[in-house]
Amino acid sequence: MARLALLLRLARRSVLRNRRRTLIILVAISVALWAMIFFAALTRGWENDVVHNAIFTLTGHLQVHAPGYRDDPSVDHSMKPPNATVAQLLAGTEVAAWGTRVRVPAVVMSEHDTAGVTLVGIDPAAERGLSFIADAVHTGRYLDSPDDRGILIGRALADRLGTGVGKRVVVMSQAADHSVADRGFRVVGLFEGDREATEMAYVFVGRRTAMTMLKLGSRVSELAVMLRDRRQLPAFLARLRTAASGLDVQPWTTLEPMAQAMVALGQAWIWMFFVVMYVAMAFGLVNTMLMAVMERTREFGMLQALGMRPRLILIQVVFESCFLLAAGAAAGIGLAAGTLSLLHGGINLSILAQGAEMWGMGKVIYPAAAVVDVIGATALVVVLGVFSSLYPAWRAARRVPIEAITRN
Amino acid sequence: MSAGTVIRSTSPQRPGLRLYLRLAWRNVWRNPRRTLLTLSAVAFAAVILVFMVSMQLGGYGAMIRGATGVFTGDLQVQAEGYHAKQRLRTAIADASSVEARVAAVPGVTAVSSRAQAFALVSSATRTYGGMIVGVEPAKEPSVSTIPRTIRKGRYLSGATSDEAVVGQALASNLSLTVGDEITVLGQGLDGSLAVAVLKVVGIFSSGVPELDRQTVEMPLASFQSAFLLGDRVHAIVVRTGGLEAVPHVAGLIRAAIANRPGLTVLRWDQLLEGLKQGIAMDAAVGWFLYTALVLVVTFSILNTFLMSVLERTREFGVFLALGTRPRILGRVVILESVILLLLGLAIGTLAGAGITAYAGVHGIAFSSSEELLAQWSLPARIYPRLDLLSVTLGPAAILLATLVAALFPARRIRRLRPVDAMKAV
Repeated sequence: MARLALLLRLARRSVLRNRRRTLIILVAISVALWAMIFFAALTRGWENDVVHNAIFTLTGHLQVHAPGYRDDPSVDHSMKPPNATVAQLLAGTEVAAWGTRVRVPAVVMSEHDTAGVTLVGIDPAAERGLSFIADAVHTGRYLDSPDDRGILIGRALADRLGTGVGKRVVVMSQAADHSVADRGFRVVGLFEGDREATEMAYVFVGRRTAMTMLKLGSRVSELAVMLRDRRQLPAFLARLRTAASGLDVQPWTTLEPMAQAMVALGQAWIWMFFVVMYVAMAFGLVNTMLMAVMERTREFGMLQALGMRPRLILIQVVFESCFLLAAGAAAGIGLAAGTLSLLHGGINLSILAQGAEMWGMGKVIYPAAAVVDVIGATALVVVLGVFSSLYPAWRAARRVPIEAITRN
Repeated sequence: MSAGTVIRSTSPQRPGLRLYLRLAWRNVWRNPRRTLLTLSAVAFAAVILVFMVSMQLGGYGAMIRGATGVFTGDLQVQAEGYHAKQRLRTAIADASSVEARVAAVPGVTAVSSRAQAFALVSSATRTYGGMIVGVEPAKEPSVSTIPRTIRKGRYLSGATSDEAVVGQALASNLSLTVGDEITVLGQGLDGSLAVAVLKVVGIFSSGVPELDRQTVEMPLASFQSAFLLGDRVHAIVVRTGGLEAVPHVAGLIRAAIANRPGLTVLRWDQLLEGLKQGIAMDAAVGWFLYTALVLVVTFSILNTFLMSVLERTREFGVFLALGTRPRILGRVVILESVILLLLGLAIGTLAGAGITAYAGVHGIAFSSSEELLAQWSLPARIYPRLDLLSVTLGPAAILLATLVAALFPARRIRRLRPVDAMKAV
């Protein structure tokens, strides 16, 4: 123990002996770690945004459809509302929100223009906590009830159609009996989505209004469920599949494969960058340690001549690089924490909104440092850093005392 | 070499470049291990930057070519205001004469006119909303890849007026196969009902989900008569020799149609604003990563430069005592750094270019995320683009940053006092 304390003191003094050199390598280590953590946080922010958007844009954690609906989302593939066993499951504590919807392709016409959209019939109250729409109304009002006779359309769509709150639009779609169903609606509100594509894609009406218009009877297109905790998904999914046999029960990861693929891509990017940064930093660390060792050849020779074991010299040098790495890592993490807290309010991308949308991002991205990335980056830098300092340490320990002292 | 130069270069008063070089070269190899490590650091950064920049530029090129090639084209001539609000009446009148004028502009390799409108598309059992595009069957293949991505049946022949090709997703939504009939129901120019009954001759899969989900292509002439457009079109799509030529050709076209007010020439980056912004964003993230890498490498090798000066304090003291000017010692030190950097950059750039050239031939496959890439109009294999810019950009940035780092230790020499320096260990 005393020996270890002595080694630690020796190492600390050696590190502090050449302050400039120590400072320079500390800058290299901390910049590397800062960049790693910051980039990981940006990527995680992007991932979170993609996933959040995928889940809250009418997907939920899982959905139930009639078989065939996902390939052909039309009135032909509708289903009965949840039966007693399913309803019992939905009343469970792990369910945060659930709702049934009518969701079919439709055409919406104003006096100026026509656009293809998805008509969504919702239970306005059930959508709270289930999808974005309940909190997205920008002007006008939200729908009151499943029987509401008004329509809620996106701001961008309203702009394109040249319509607005209080004006009338006609919605056309196919009814369950294959006739063309059309119905006039008064625009009661405009919603704002995080992405323009959302504002263009969906129009919302009361669920029962839609069922009447499409002659669906009591049938609906989908059941969406939001759980309290995403981790409960596999277990809940299994139980729901048993309860709703004959129906197509799928988690959001299947329903939104793009979001899943983007997360995987982000993960791969983070690690590629980590490795590149580590290698760039390691060259500097090895070189610095090598220099520190070479210029102290006489010192090490003397220590050995006085009876210090080569192994202890090796440990001392490794301790030195540990000090450098730990201090550099602390500074890097501190720097990253500072940068991220400056960006606490998110990075506003609205001037590049269309570009952001191309990468699946919304108008604001919130960098989010994941604990696993911070630990991963730090572990990579420190553990492999110590590992790469073994070479200089080994060189220091290898010197034969006489040769080392008489050199120079 | 004349005798005069030799004498000048060995004179202590005015040593020549050759002497500096010889001194610097020897100093570089005085500590081979350190030199090799420094070289590796510089070379590694150069390899990464050359490869990544080439990859990025190659990816952007593929994205732009993909996105413009499918449907949009390099340039479009439109009526003013049509791009912002696609109204049926915002059309180019007397289109055939405009098209002829555009086709005659040098640098234009292909031209085709289109008219389009949103309409209801019905099959026997289903009705969906769709984008109906009237195209010139003979010319469309030269401006769009859709005619080449027919999965079933064939493209429009131009022989009959009632043909249509339908996007794959729309066809499956309408449960259509080749040979079926569709009815198109829209609004004509005068507000009256526009109706066309068409026979599906082909089903295409362009790879762009938005197009495959909603597009129906039909002959332009029948479109114009169904929607009462006369000789009006909405876009004259232009292809040029390459993306670099686009701004120049755009200017020429603008001049050629200057006598026709109310028309505008839009480049791909104006037509596909999202693509341009997406590339700008990706490039910004790239710059952040590269800057961080260059910074880390610079600090990593700054120590080498500093050490090579500090450990030679005594030697410099002797030089100074012998009458060498500090300025000249500084130059030698900088020269050492420059030699080291150029050597490292040369190795790294060559290796990077080699790897990139290999990848440029074979492509880099991202098999697991093919669908994801298609969404960004990227092919399954990305071919990095190796050119002067992509090869020199990264190494130049490294050189610049590390040169600044090299100046820092060299400045120390000026402050040395011969007697003190000679006493140093």
